[in-house]
Amino acid sequence: MTAVLDRPVPVRPTGPAVRARRLARRVAGPWTYAALIAVLAGSAFPVYWSFVVSSQTPDAIDSVPPVLVPGGHLFENIARVFDTTDFALALMNSIIVSGTVTVSVVFFSTLAGFAFAKMKFRGRNVLLLLIIGTQAIPTELGIIPLYMMMSDFGWAGQIHAVIVPGLVTAFGVFFMRQYFERAIPDELLEAGRMDGCHSLRLFWHVALPAARPAAAVLGLFTFMQAWNDFFWPLVVLVPENPTVQTALSTLASGYTTDYTLVLTAATIGTVPVLAVFLLFGRQIVGGIMSGAVKG
Amino acid sequence: MTLVDKTARRHRWDTRFAPYGYVAPYFLIFGVFGLFPLLYTVWVSMQHRNLLDSGGAYLVWFRNYQQLLFADPYFWNAMGNTLSLWLLTTVPQILFALFVAQLLNRRVRTRTLFRMGVILPNITSVAAVTIIFAQLFGRDFGLINWVLDLFGAGHIDWQAGTASSHIAIAVMVVWRWTGYHALIFLASMQAIPGSLYEAATLDGASGWQQFWRITVPLLRPQIIFSTIIATTGNMRLLAEPLLFNPGAAAATGGSDRQFQTAALYLYEQGFSNYDFGYSSAIAVVLAIATIIVAGLGYLVTKRIQTE
Repeated sequence: MTAVLDRPVPVRPTGPAVRARRLARRVAGPWTYAALIAVLAGSAFPVYWSFVVSSQTPDAIDSVPPVLVPGGHLFENIARVFDTTDFALALMNSIIVSGTVTVSVVFFSTLAGFAFAKMKFRGRNVLLLLIIGTQAIPTELGIIPLYMMMSDFGWAGQIHAVIVPGLVTAFGVFFMRQYFERAIPDELLEAGRMDGCHSLRLFWHVALPAARPAAAVLGLFTFMQAWNDFFWPLVVLVPENPTVQTALSTLASGYTTDYTLVLTAATIGTVPVLAVFLLFGRQIVGGIMSGAVKG
Repeated sequence: MTLVDKTARRHRWDTRFAPYGYVAPYFLIFGVFGLFPLLYTVWVSMQHRNLLDSGGAYLVWFRNYQQLLFADPYFWNAMGNTLSLWLLTTVPQILFALFVAQLLNRRVRTRTLFRMGVILPNITSVAAVTIIFAQLFGRDFGLINWVLDLFGAGHIDWQAGTASSHIAIAVMVVWRWTGYHALIFLASMQAIPGSLYEAATLDGASGWQQFWRITVPLLRPQIIFSTIIATTGNMRLLAEPLLFNPGAAAATGGSDRQFQTAALYLYEQGFSNYDFGYSSAIAVVLAIATIIVAGLGYLVTKRIQTE
């Protein structure tokens, strides 16, 4: 992780170096475009095909040769999904879970990241190392005791069981800390302290506004991850109170053999993240390239 | 007491104790719902603890491990499938990502479109995508078999065989993660000074040689990083094998357990058989195996040399 985050920032070359760069980064030829378009098509195809099936009559999925263009039955199929299953509840639950988790992760990560980057306190380095270390451990390994705890609390089957463990992430704290290190000069905070500003006021009036770009990227990743989360909701929730992902799992697991229905549900469940992606794709790409690693 | 004293005291309190308040929410929530369950897994793994037993839980020390490692063919089958899938997913993922990054590193028009395009698979939900792929890989009406048919290949029952099911699952994973690693590689490729390539061109090195002798060695830190990230993800595949063959017996990963991964076996023991002690033992062994395999990946990628 540090390897990526500490990557040298590219320096924009000038003079003779520009020419060299131009030589090195060759202008793409037709083969490059052809290959890139093939990659793009391959990336988009499964989701596109799911949309095509969602807009056809149920027999289209079994037709030979396969149907590859959208039909006119999309809204009919969507209506069927909401009529025959409780997909509205699943969507509502997913919105509540992802929304709460996103707001909470962004807030607590910004708060802790600020303290780690800009305040001195005993044990800071040890605690930071602990955060970096725990990022590497998949928390799914603790899934059995976590489930036992949730049963004891009486939370099993309810969405707080999904929300509460997701309220903070090690990655978020580390990500915001890295951002604050660079984004706010120490002198600015020092001046604020001289004027008798309490650190909470510095956080609120200086750090929080400055953190907006990084907080937005963290929010985007957190939302998409929370929306797509599968294993833990599958374990702790019940089919009567699902998120979108566990509802899809139930639907595909023999609730119906009507796969047009299943794929329509899959398409509906993909629309929110797809919308976020189309609106903020540039920031998401920038976030990954600057080391905003999820995983 | 003067006003100055009071302000100084408040200031001291603020700089000394406030930071703990700011990091406390993280450590409280993570401690209770992240770290504690993780450590408690080790304790549960040494218990006989089955929800279906009315006898309750009691300590059996290493008996779960003994059973798991020496008397459970299903576990070794699952470990074998996990390693096979690790190899089939991790290696192509890194190689394709290098290739795609190389393409994106050319000066292309509409570069944001292409960059977004390669990352699209990564933002879609694993449940939805696996369900979609399961249809594409269908035996009778699947699109992939239809395409293969055009080239004269017979109908493949993807889920039935060990090799074919592993390939199908690997396709889903590679599809999902290639673009993500490609963007990480691309970011580093752009920081490589052009003068290196210029000098190599003057020395008569071909593009292919430049790629393997300049680009790849300089990307070594990112390749190591991606290999480790990919390994930790690919050693615990669960959603793909579970939803590739959904139904009542989904947790077994195919009729002959031909694509049951270790994570899926953990799920089966824990949440079909409710054997929490045994399931925790699987979690611990899988964690150790993941560390070993990640270490192996590190040793291999570390050998990438600069000329």
